[in-house]
Amino acid sequence: MQALTQRAKAVDRKPMTWWEKLYLPSILKGMAITFGHSFKKRPTINYPEETRPFSPVFRGLHVLNRDEEGRERCTACGLCAVACPAEAITMEAAERIEGEENLYREEKYAAKYEINMLRCIFCGLCEEACPKDAIYLSETFAPSNYTRKGFIYGKDELLIPHPIQDPEGYAKAKGLNN
Amino acid sequence: MSENLVKVTIDNITVEVPMGTTILQAARKVGGEVAPPAMCYYSKLEGSGGKCRTCLVEVSKGSEKDPRPMPKLVASCRTTVMDGMEVKNITSEKVLDARKGVVEFLLINHPLDCPICDQAGECHLQDLSYEHGAEGTRYEFQRRTFKKHDLGEYIQLHMTRCILCYRCVYTADQLTKTREHGVLDRGDHAEIATFIEKNLKNDFIGNVIDVCPVGALTDKTFRFKNRVWFTKPVNAHRDCDTCCGEVQLWMRGDEVFRVTARKDEWGEVKDSSKGGTGWICNTCRFDKKQASDWVVEGPAEVNRHSVISQGHYEKLVVPQETFEAVMDGRSPKLLMDIHSVSEVNKPEKSLSLLDRPAHSTDFE
Repeated sequence: MQALTQRAKAVDRKPMTWWEKLYLPSILKGMAITFGHSFKKRPTINYPEETRPFSPVFRGLHVLNRDEEGRERCTACGLCAVACPAEAITMEAAERIEGEENLYREEKYAAKYEINMLRCIFCGLCEEACPKDAIYLSETFAPSNYTRKGFIYGKDELLIPHPIQDPEGYAKAKGLNN
Repeated sequence: MSENLVKVTIDNITVEVPMGTTILQAARKVGGEVAPPAMCYYSKLEGSGGKCRTCLVEVSKGSEKDPRPMPKLVASCRTTVMDGMEVKNITSEKVLDARKGVVEFLLINHPLDCPICDQAGECHLQDLSYEHGAEGTRYEFQRRTFKKHDLGEYIQLHMTRCILCYRCVYTADQLTKTREHGVLDRGDHAEIATFIEKNLKNDFIGNVIDVCPVGALTDKTFRFKNRVWFTKPVNAHRDCDTCCGEVQLWMRGDEVFRVTARKDEWGEVKDSSKGGTGWICNTCRFDKKQASDWVVEGPAEVNRHSVISQGHYEKLVVPQETFEAVMDGRSPKLLMDIHSVSEVNKPEKSLSLLDRPAHSTDFE
């Protein structure tokens, strides 16, 4: 049978010579290669102390945005949920009552908003569907967790910090620091 | 050919219709794209039509006896057919251009709050502007706003969204004995309102919600509860003394979120099986929000181009559960009950049973 490539090598089944039976030279050779690597440039980094820069189109953990006055932008229109191919997003809407004008931008808002990170495939279609610029995919990983329960993200986890009450957290979440 | 039937050619398709039929009705007989869109005309309401101008068509030949074309585009909902008339709708460049202009006019004062509006997904103006409208707006001025009118506990009025089609006025006139609302003022200031702040509470007044082509009149008991495309339309009926009792339920799981009359392909209320238009009464519409109140007949037909059909409810086949049969009656082990972790759609909390929109207090 003709070989598919020219690189095929027949297995050498000759008995080992006395020099080869010693093993020691081969072991030393291998150790020399290993030792030599400690002088080379390291390909790994110390995550999480160090991080690699993300590509500008990286799609990570979601954030629910606020406007410059700190009001929630989301109006629970349901377009992200209908666009979501993994059906990870659910929400419940409520009507803004008197005294809540500084909390919510529009008359209607998402009283509950949840993303099931076990289902999410980080495709970014929710971000594209959003007519209110309310949902963004940030440059952060979704942190790991020990239980499934920890992956159901509610508004507590998703909402961006308040730009006036917590300007530092807001800037960090927006990625303005670096 | 009978004496009363006349031949009319619409977009090169010839139909025979009785004398006195409007062009729009004749075009609807052909169906599909040929039928001009209508925002104000409602075949079930006498005297409606002639206001919005979206149904403009070109008459390229007046009739067999007088073959001259009509000089201007005509409103097809108000123009009756003549023998041998030739009408151009989508085959006419002029009509499409005029319709684009009409849509732009309708949208001049219409707010772009579709994300908030409950009508989104079944809004005729949304469909119309999607199909016939321009992408952007050239209007640079302040949009018209109004003082808020309270129309009572059932009906929410958003005057800014109104396109003044007068359908609700005709509905109140023809379905109820006392009309309490109407169009006040003129021109740019014209608005739907009650003259003195008054509740609309006639038995059949809820039908104004169904006839409204936009989100100006919406159901307060459904307000902000859910988006229409997440609810599943099913046909259902119950014994009702006041109306035909044949309705469409908009359900999610076993919860009835909204009750409306059944609509036909033109978005108008269907005729009931007992004859007559299937208007429904306020009790059926607003008060019967338990699944046990209704006899469910089956999924309602949804146009496949509608966003409501994205859930594929209509032809949904639920596969048979085989797990228990294979595993000697043992039910599958649940790795996580979503309700034990999720705050959304709590089974013990039925938002659909609230007769007002949900507030922050309902989620505490």
